[in-house]
Amino acid sequence: MSAQSLLLLGILLSLLFALAYPLGLYLAKIGESTTTFGWISKLEHGLYRLAGIDPNSSMNWKTYAFALLVFNGIGTLAVYAVQRLQTSLPLNPQAFPNVSPDSAFNTAVSFVSNTNWQGYAGESTMSYFTQMLALTGQNFFSAATGMAVAYALIRGFASHSTKTIGNFWVDITRSTLYVLLPLSTVFAIFLMGQGVIQNFSSYQEVSLLDPVTYSQAKTTADGQPLKDEKGNPVMENVTVKTQTLALGPVASQEAIKLLGTNGGGFFNANSAHPFENPTPLSNFFEMLSILLIPTALCFAFGKMVGDMRQGWAILGAMTLIFVLLSSVVLVAEQQAHPALQALNVDQTSSALQAGGNMEGKESRFGASASALFAAITTTTSCGAVNSMHDSFMPLGGMVPLILMQFGEVVFGGVGSGLYGMLIFAILAVFIAGLMIGRTPEYLGKKIQAFEMKMTSIVILVTPVLVLSCTALALMSDAGTSSIANPNAHGFAEILYAFSSAANNNGSAFAGLNANTPFYNSLLAMAMWFGRFAMIIPILAIAGSLAEKKRLEVTAGTMPTHGVLFIALLISVVVLVGVLNYVPALALGPIVEHLQLFAR
Amino acid sequence: MHVSESHSSRQRMNLFDSRLLMPAIVSAFKKLHPRTQWRSPVMFVVYIGSILTSLLFIQSLLGKGEASPSFILATAIWLWFTVLFANFAESLAESRSKAQAASLRALKKTVIAKKLATPKHGAAWEEISAGELRKGDVVLVETGDVIPVDGEVIEGIATVDESAITGESAPVIRESGGDFSAVTGGTRVLSDWLVVRIVVNPGEAFIDRMIAMVEGAKRQKTPNEIALTILLIALTIVFLVVTVTLLPMSLFAVETAKLGEPVSVTVLIALLVCLIPTTIGGLLSTIGVAGMSRMMQANVIATSGRAVEAAGDVDVLLLDKTGTITLGNRQASDFMPAPNVSEAQLADAAQLASLADETPEGRSIVVLAKQRFNIREREMEGLHAVFVPFTAQTRMSGVNIGESTILGERAIRKGAADTMKAYVEALGHVFPPEVTRAVEDIARRGSTPLVVVDGDRVMGAVELKDIVKGGIKERFAELRRMGIKTVMITGDNRLTAAAIAAEAGVDDFLAEATPEEKLRLIRSYQAQGRLVAMTGDGTNDAPALAQADVAVAMNSGTQAAKEAGNMVDLDSNPTKLLEIVEIGKQMLMTRGSLTTFSIANDIAKYFAIIPAAFTTTYPQLNLLNVMHLSSPSSAIMSAVIFNALIIVALIPLALKGVKYRAVGAALLLQRNLLIYGLGGVIVPFVGIKLIDMILTGLSFV
Repeated sequence: MSAQSLLLLGILLSLLFALAYPLGLYLAKIGESTTTFGWISKLEHGLYRLAGIDPNSSMNWKTYAFALLVFNGIGTLAVYAVQRLQTSLPLNPQAFPNVSPDSAFNTAVSFVSNTNWQGYAGESTMSYFTQMLALTGQNFFSAATGMAVAYALIRGFASHSTKTIGNFWVDITRSTLYVLLPLSTVFAIFLMGQGVIQNFSSYQEVSLLDPVTYSQAKTTADGQPLKDEKGNPVMENVTVKTQTLALGPVASQEAIKLLGTNGGGFFNANSAHPFENPTPLSNFFEMLSILLIPTALCFAFGKMVGDMRQGWAILGAMTLIFVLLSSVVLVAEQQAHPALQALNVDQTSSALQAGGNMEGKESRFGASASALFAAITTTTSCGAVNSMHDSFMPLGGMVPLILMQFGEVVFGGVGSGLYGMLIFAILAVFIAGLMIGRTPEYLGKKIQAFEMKMTSIVILVTPVLVLSCTALALMSDAGTSSIANPNAHGFAEILYAFSSAANNNGSAFAGLNANTPFYNSLLAMAMWFGRFAMIIPILAIAGSLAEKKRLEVTAGTMPTHGVLFIALLISVVVLVGVLNYVPALALGPIVEHLQLFAR
Repeated sequence: MHVSESHSSRQRMNLFDSRLLMPAIVSAFKKLHPRTQWRSPVMFVVYIGSILTSLLFIQSLLGKGEASPSFILATAIWLWFTVLFANFAESLAESRSKAQAASLRALKKTVIAKKLATPKHGAAWEEISAGELRKGDVVLVETGDVIPVDGEVIEGIATVDESAITGESAPVIRESGGDFSAVTGGTRVLSDWLVVRIVVNPGEAFIDRMIAMVEGAKRQKTPNEIALTILLIALTIVFLVVTVTLLPMSLFAVETAKLGEPVSVTVLIALLVCLIPTTIGGLLSTIGVAGMSRMMQANVIATSGRAVEAAGDVDVLLLDKTGTITLGNRQASDFMPAPNVSEAQLADAAQLASLADETPEGRSIVVLAKQRFNIREREMEGLHAVFVPFTAQTRMSGVNIGESTILGERAIRKGAADTMKAYVEALGHVFPPEVTRAVEDIARRGSTPLVVVDGDRVMGAVELKDIVKGGIKERFAELRRMGIKTVMITGDNRLTAAAIAAEAGVDDFLAEATPEEKLRLIRSYQAQGRLVAMTGDGTNDAPALAQADVAVAMNSGTQAAKEAGNMVDLDSNPTKLLEIVEIGKQMLMTRGSLTTFSIANDIAKYFAIIPAAFTTTYPQLNLLNVMHLSSPSSAIMSAVIFNALIIVALIPLALKGVKYRAVGAALLLQRNLLIYGLGGVIVPFVGIKLIDMILTGLSFV
């Protein structure tokens, strides 16, 4: 690893922990719904009165899950409706037509499930109204939903023989009002300072300093690549003298896109676009803001269960996995690409250039900051990108794939990372608890058949979705015809798409044309079940744990902090989380790597 | 004759006793019935895989096979072996239990009972079959007779051979009243006679429960077993999806690389069987059956596997002081007279007060008086003495002498210091401070003071000494390391209790315990979320036994105690609780360790099978063949064979259980993770390589 990469990773993690710790303690206060905050509390209670909600009534897990599903169901319909009606709605300076039904459906599920997979290109599809109200709105709500579930699960551990796990409406209101809105406002202002745009102007036509000539694949009217009789794409030469600059209210959407681990870019190029991520400094803080709330929630967890060491242990396991795997990407991307080397391209690190594999990366970030961004965006369920993962080295591209296939539990999404990791902790405790001869217990709560049943569903959902959808795509013409690279890499693209969707990440290995009815509907299904088929069993676990007594710690209790538990948790995440994907990975990036370097 | 026979039948059996091997092998084949296989979902998948590969073999013989017939046949055979090995393990454990049950059932031979017309020795009796006896009937059992059904002695004293039930050849005394009044059906009276009231109806007796438990062990799953089964099913489903989806992936790879053959169904089945947790799946029920069997060997009957498992979770152990912590009963060791009373006078009064007292303490006073001052036992009748027994109301005992004389009654009383103080003060006298001091001294030494009062004169105190059992302190230290808190229960006052508690090294004690106090203590621990175990034998223990999570009743105890408990210790050894806890823990540990081992094994199996399965399409993948297995088919065969043989290799561990060490949870976990986790990663690499070398050396592949 280069000194630059080490320094970047080191500073980022130090600053992250320094900021996340106080935020975590604050998040713990938000989770305890008794804490009030001056005049904002009046607003909070005004909202409850308006909606006719009694903030003091606590829900059992079924009611909680029902409220959550209703809220997200209505959210999906709303986002769908706005896209389908955007011609009749205001703030559409480019007069974009209504979005097609399958794409609108995919996008609606995508933003509600905190995936933010984008089959569309924002600047050529969505009106400002759609971006600001429907998409940005869901950026807040989906993150708040994640936080609510995390709070509910933590309460399940922390409480003592109760039937309830909190009030869903209170949890999302407080999460949005006290955490996401203030943080996003501050961060949006910072981004604007760095040059991120925020306006409602129509797009600007500007002349290029240097006219550009390039060749591109011809497309048919419906956007599919035009192919000749041999199946190769038909190319044409294009010279452009002017460029259309897409504008819009970017900063306000950008801040929550990262803080809420949503990742759906205003522009198609996402955080690689200079209007979304203009400077190395903005890039650094974008990476930081992605990790901020998932990290802080670990501290909030420790605080709320009354033992900070528990939070540190979870965070320790996450950090170790992350450092190890991000190092692999950093090293892989700093390598010279053999194919470019054959063309005598200088890829060495020198005083004038950072070097490494620069294909698909922005020169203002370089290989390190791009590789690290890729690791961060996939270790969390963010999915924003500042470089094209498709162009990474095989191993560099495999790590983001693996990080998603962990089930997005290494930092993970806002809330979802913590609750996912806690499920793995339950599993680790179950196996290890048996090994020391006691009915397993975690944080004083016995882990019994019901918890194991729900845990099993949680660990089953994503591998089953990813693998069977991938297999389905491979078996159908509709699936294989979207592949641009018909080889191991093309297989990796499909695997990446479904890993990303089912794990609610949303980043894409470009190169797969996923804006087709087949992929739009299959991916939407993967996203919906990848989100809610996890949340419901997790809420069930929360409810079941809440009803149990909290046992006292004795010398016979397995300690769930400390090095041994961290090692155990990592082993379980690796063995149970990733072992399922080994054959698929072998046929994708691994064989690609071996082929590339065997030459 | 009977003694030696029954004893030998309850001897411990070797792991692979030849008498058990053959029936186990036969039964392994019988268990191939689908309904039996369905009971273990993991093994059911292997079973289906075996059938499928067998069909594929037949297909290949017809010339349309997807691979060479010999390869498919070899795979099919080893998959069948995998199923059979798991069956064999279960059969072996069951046959051990069955042998134990059979030796018990031999005791149930029809016994002719002598049913008494009236519940009195000497009354007329008629011969009826033991099976016809009902609760409440009264029978006479004389020398050489077998006690027909469980009961309670209401008259008589006799020596009884209980070896058939307990395995202990020394005969025991059974007598009416007190804590030795319970007799068990199937045991034999060696001398004298007993009048026994039957306390159970047919089919509810001890032996019936024992046989039912041993035979039913395999049918009921314990809570942790259920939870583990759910996890194993989930893992099986995941790996099923992994292997099924691998076929389209392989087809796509072949299509795009335009090289090689798609992976065959045989290889996919082999991969599936290797990946699913067959090791633990195949041995899961074996571990449960073996755990029950170990309990039997420890001479403990549990009413359910659930109780055995709960024993492993116990946090708090309530132990009766007497018999558990201290040696049996207290012995009088010293006379401490009041001022102006000689030691001999005190001894004389104490002896008189204890003459009719049949408690061990009372007898020991008589013995001490004889040893010290040669005071002979006197006849109660000759003294015109009337025994005043101990009652819960008076809380004292003694004698009234010479009630018909003109001098009036001479009332001698003995009892606990506070009771006697109240008694003396009620008579209008002062309790001498010297005696109070002596009482405190005695209590501080951990002994029990007994104050003797003759008429209105306080004679002094008798010291009853408690002797703490040797080695008990070390056991408690061990329990503390296991994370189990020990609480001593005693009727003694706080001072005495504290002294003995300190000497024995228990964590806490409950002094002056009443049944209500015990119950309250258990409930308060349970409210804190702790799991409480206790032992008991008396009827007054029954409520507490019923409340405790793990309640071990002594076989010598009363019927009420036995019914309230969820385990019965046939040896009536109160320290047995420690062993029970260990057996409970072992059962869970064995399951956890084998699960870890099973999952960790998958890494090596991937390295063996993945390169082999796809090497024709992507030759580069052979770089992952880190074990350098000689050929693709040898690699797959080696993995499958290893997967089958590891089950056999682990049968002894499943039967014996993973050894429990009281070193605290963290160290224990570290140790087991190293052995079964890291070991589980490494062992298959070595094993698969060895099998590959053997297969290649013998040129089987």
